[in-house]
Amino acid sequence: MIHLPLLPVLVPLLAAVLQLASHRAGIGMARAIGLAAVALTLLLAAALVWATRDGTVLAVALGDWPAPFGIPFAADGLAATMVAVTAAVALPALLAATDGTDRLGRHFHPFFQFQLAGLNGAFLTGDLFNLFVFFEVLLIASYALLAHGGGAARSRAGLHYVVLNLAGSLLFLVGLGLLYGTLGTLNIADLAERVAALPAEAVPPARAAFALLLAVFAFKAALLPLGFWLPHAYGAATAPVAALFAVLTKVGIYAILRLSTAVFPAADWAAGLLAPWLMPVALATIVAGTIGTLAARRLGVMAAHLLLLSTGMLAAAVAEGSPRMLAAMLYYLPHTTLVSAALFLLVGHIAGARGEATDRIVHAPRPAGWSAIGAAWLVLATAVTGLPPLSGFLGKVMLLSAAPATAMGAAMWVVLIFSGFAGALAMARAGSVIFWERPDLPPAAPALAPGAALALALGFVPLLVLGAAPLSAHAQAVAEQIRARQAYAAAALPVPQPTTRERRP
Amino acid sequence: MELVLATGIGGLVASGVWLLLRERAFSVVLGLALLSYAANLLIFAGGRLSADAPPLVLGEVAAGTMPADPLPQALVLTAIVISFGTTAFLVALALRAIGESGTDHVDGGREQER
Repeated sequence: MIHLPLLPVLVPLLAAVLQLASHRAGIGMARAIGLAAVALTLLLAAALVWATRDGTVLAVALGDWPAPFGIPFAADGLAATMVAVTAAVALPALLAATDGTDRLGRHFHPFFQFQLAGLNGAFLTGDLFNLFVFFEVLLIASYALLAHGGGAARSRAGLHYVVLNLAGSLLFLVGLGLLYGTLGTLNIADLAERVAALPAEAVPPARAAFALLLAVFAFKAALLPLGFWLPHAYGAATAPVAALFAVLTKVGIYAILRLSTAVFPAADWAAGLLAPWLMPVALATIVAGTIGTLAARRLGVMAAHLLLLSTGMLAAAVAEGSPRMLAAMLYYLPHTTLVSAALFLLVGHIAGARGEATDRIVHAPRPAGWSAIGAAWLVLATAVTGLPPLSGFLGKVMLLSAAPATAMGAAMWVVLIFSGFAGALAMARAGSVIFWERPDLPPAAPALAPGAALALALGFVPLLVLGAAPLSAHAQAVAEQIRARQAYAAAALPVPQPTTRERRP
Repeated sequence: MELVLATGIGGLVASGVWLLLRERAFSVVLGLALLSYAANLLIFAGGRLSADAPPLVLGEVAAGTMPADPLPQALVLTAIVISFGTTAFLVALALRAIGESGTDHVDGGREQER
């Protein structure tokens, strides 16, 4: 099936159109279409991972225009993995939204599907301008999803989020304009060739353009000086939306990883773009996320800071960039995304069950049957802070054993272990206040039973542990593939390049 | 021509950033609009400024004439549509924030505390 890389974008788009067309048929119809589309996307993602398992790169030239003139879609192991993670997060998030969250405002379901289409498109496209377009698709959907549910806090967080992201998008455009002006292409595989052949006098503007793009991606990934928007926005969003947003920061990480593996190694001047600053920034992000986790007074904000912390870890791995480190990162990424999403869903459930106390970390009457939720909290706290025996521990061990024996590697050890300890402390304190202390308070009304969504999200935790061996083998293969570069370039840019290039003045 | 365009883009960016840092949502919207004009002009300039360059080449061209680069024009068109749509959304969101907090301060409610 040659159009397989297009389908993860087309299916959600089609579903969104169907949902808009049939919105008079009631919310049941929208839910059915949405769940069917997400399930189908999950199957397609599995097919994509299966088709790319041996290192093949599936490429589609839209309209059969040959690259670099047409816009290629290219699915390598990395893109397929990201699409699979997105679909795996989307299914429990959408299930959780069917508990009534989707009724809080209009058109929740079409926006959810547009968001998925944007995410999948951003992972699968092989062209930087198309990446910008899919960024906008997913951002516009995310603006609406963030404001879903209404309320002054959401409007305010939404306004900040939209303004910051618009400014980021404009910076992205400026970077693209400069890049096209100096290199004459925006196709990712073609960029690598042009970067290698760039005359010395054109290097400074090209460096500036790449630096701008990296700043934008660092902003999307919420790395330290640009990451203060995340806890407000994610803490204000409804639980299913926050769970889906756990993937959003990974788009920034993915874009940095894609540029740093597919383009930057092609020339010496580009190879040094990331090295001096990404590792310190990533470690500082982890420290800031840890402090925020300790200081949080609401579970939602705490979960958002834990997400920030994990993004810092992924960025540190990208900064180090050895194949072993990337393999560890590609095991850690699905784990942290799925566990963060599950944590947001659990926090949403806790907030819904506690009445006026919502998700604030205070003593409050406890509903009957609270111990099951407490057990879920224990499992997720163990997984998210990287304590044995769950997948967070395995991921951290892989990351730390891949750390080089340099000062930076030592700093990584210190920061990762400290952040795990502090995160466990914060989670234990919050769990103790919410689930354990003050049993003398009168019991509250029994909570709703934790739904299928939470069960599904929690079900990923044992899967990640039991499937650790095949998953890490897959991560290893993907890391080697993206380090090798040739497969992606050959698929995304199949025609032999004509030797007479337009010489740009 | 390069100087005019460069100073024009610089002026737009400077005014846009200044407006973006103001505390009223209305100024912020205007600032983002100015910044998007600057970004669009910059992309357009990425295709090189030229006078009398043919937009299409049908058949023979005189030696030395270079047709205008069509790609930045397509990119600018896409960028204009997207920034127009997002600006419209931002205005709608700002209006809703005014409706909910009664002020168009970007942080909402700061006004009443004074």
